[in-house]
Amino acid sequence: MPIIERRNSVDFVFSVITAVASGVVVLLILGILIVLIHESWLAINHFGVIRFIISTDWDPVKESFGAATAIFGTFVTTVLALFIAIPIAIGIAIFVTEICPPFLKEPIGIAIELLAAIPSIIYGMWGLFTLAPIMAKYIEPALQHSIGALPVVGILFQGTPMGIDMLTASVILSIMIIPFTASISRDSFNLTPAVVKESAYAIGTTKWEVVKNIVLPYSKLGIYGGITLSLGRALGETMAVAFVLGNNHQITSSLLNAAATITVTLANEFTEADKDLYLSSLFYLAIILFIMSFIVLALAKFFLLKAERKYSR
Amino acid sequence: MKVLFSFILAVVCIFTFSAAHAEDILNGAGASFPAPIYQAWAYDYNKATGMKLNYQSIGSGGGIRQIESRTVDFGASDAPLTPEELDKNNLIQFPAVMGGVVLVVNLPGVKAGQMTLDSNAVCKAYLGDAKYWDDPSIKALNPGVNLPHTEITVVHRSDGSGTTAIFTNYLGGQCSEWKTRVGAGTSVKFPVGIGGKGNEGVSNYVKQAPAAIGYVEYAYALQNNLAYTLLKNPAGKVLAPGFDAFKEAAASADFDPKKHFDLWLVNAPGKDAWPIAGATFILLARDKKDSDMKTVKFYDWAFKNGDSKAEDLTYVPLPKSLKDKIRAYWKEYGIY
Repeated sequence: MPIIERRNSVDFVFSVITAVASGVVVLLILGILIVLIHESWLAINHFGVIRFIISTDWDPVKESFGAATAIFGTFVTTVLALFIAIPIAIGIAIFVTEICPPFLKEPIGIAIELLAAIPSIIYGMWGLFTLAPIMAKYIEPALQHSIGALPVVGILFQGTPMGIDMLTASVILSIMIIPFTASISRDSFNLTPAVVKESAYAIGTTKWEVVKNIVLPYSKLGIYGGITLSLGRALGETMAVAFVLGNNHQITSSLLNAAATITVTLANEFTEADKDLYLSSLFYLAIILFIMSFIVLALAKFFLLKAERKYSR
Repeated sequence: MKVLFSFILAVVCIFTFSAAHAEDILNGAGASFPAPIYQAWAYDYNKATGMKLNYQSIGSGGGIRQIESRTVDFGASDAPLTPEELDKNNLIQFPAVMGGVVLVVNLPGVKAGQMTLDSNAVCKAYLGDAKYWDDPSIKALNPGVNLPHTEITVVHRSDGSGTTAIFTNYLGGQCSEWKTRVGAGTSVKFPVGIGGKGNEGVSNYVKQAPAAIGYVEYAYALQNNLAYTLLKNPAGKVLAPGFDAFKEAAASADFDPKKHFDLWLVNAPGKDAWPIAGATFILLARDKKDSDMKTVKFYDWAFKNGDSKAEDLTYVPLPKSLKDKIRAYWKEYGIY
């Protein structure tokens, strides 16, 4: 067989294999969506879209289901987790890229990546047995006595601290998403042209000014991308939160109350959902999460692409 | 080419091999509560007969669906199906083993077995009507116990579970307000309290939270050294939880083979019967006689040889009278 021809046929087989591989991914996603819609069809017909989303009722005995409490819990824990994680993650990234001595860079980087590799069930067990009692005994009473005594914000810290609440769940979530935000921010910071930074130092700016006026503006879009990816992770996180959130379907103003997120509801109730409408409503919740995550990841991709285009010029 | 050929040969060999072995495997799926004892029995059964049992603990809901679609030899459910549901899907059912549920409290100075409760007091606490430990409904039952004026922290299960189904059926049977306001099921809308995931979650919260009350399977109360309470049963007798009280519940309860044993083992009429117990059930397909017979053989063996193993794992073996009823039931369907 002539060499050229043989190479062509190998090439052809190779491209077919790769095309099939990527086609399978698209088919899988479509397949999952179709199955979700099929399984939840009963609930979609029964409750409709708007009514399901705004209803706060979740009563398996009376078979009356609504997603509002789960969407609320998902939203609050995710936003609060980002609120805690972003400043810490950006601080870590600034330290690693700009401040820390070179011999420490590697160990800190590895430590952050290891944090991302811990399975979420371990965070869950740690949260239940270690963090929740600490939150209930020390941190939450302290918060109640300080911030809780203020007007308006005080509403967020009412009630008896039990450690099983949105605050504890958010703290665990924030620990889980710090590595994502930190390592993507670090990579974006590293993209800042050294020439610009050195010029700034040459005209006498301080480290703080370099970070504030040069590094951060340069890497803004990369950081947004990192944050959105963490958001996606926080939205979908299940086991770590399932242990410390209590799965109470309620909307409350206090962060010291138990709540439910979509994933927590699924993890807790799926196995024992014995009625058709119940199971179908759980699938319906899954679709809502699917769409929410899809939007978030699309946004992340958008920011990352924009950042890439900006720096590749 | 040679490599490819031997690969295909290997695949074919593996498939024929597993096909040949499939006959000796019994596939079951369902409730997670009895999974440890089914697996322990399966281990001994395998040693005795060579038959393998592959039991997937995917939850009762999953077990019911799997046997409805006939993908397993038997399904397992913590909740009995009603005769109508069974007829609809052409199934039969029988109880396999039991468990007891106890109430546990965390109060300073109160040790296991020192406090007495009844369904009225428990119902009031779980409805949020009794807010403090010195509520008259609790005080009247415990003249000798020093009850503080602290708030009751109610702990319940956050996940759907057979334990919750047993517990809510117990409350619903005695307390009409519970029946109308909350109802009974594997997961219900609890009016008050915090939710723990699994028996271990509830045990952990009861341990941690001051002045808490919770319900757990008996084994968890023992393992975690929780202060379980005594309960006053419908016959009016105050009992401590234990194998005898659980067994008496099953012996005195009216399990009816005509209704496929559809019965919640709560508030049993016996004088010495513990009021919150539950059997866990096996579901069989009427149209699959061969696999039914294999399953029945396994449970018949377990009924004969597995009682001590069950008690080791804090499960309650069925009383002899009930086992005989089940064997007659099997005969009736021609699978014994």
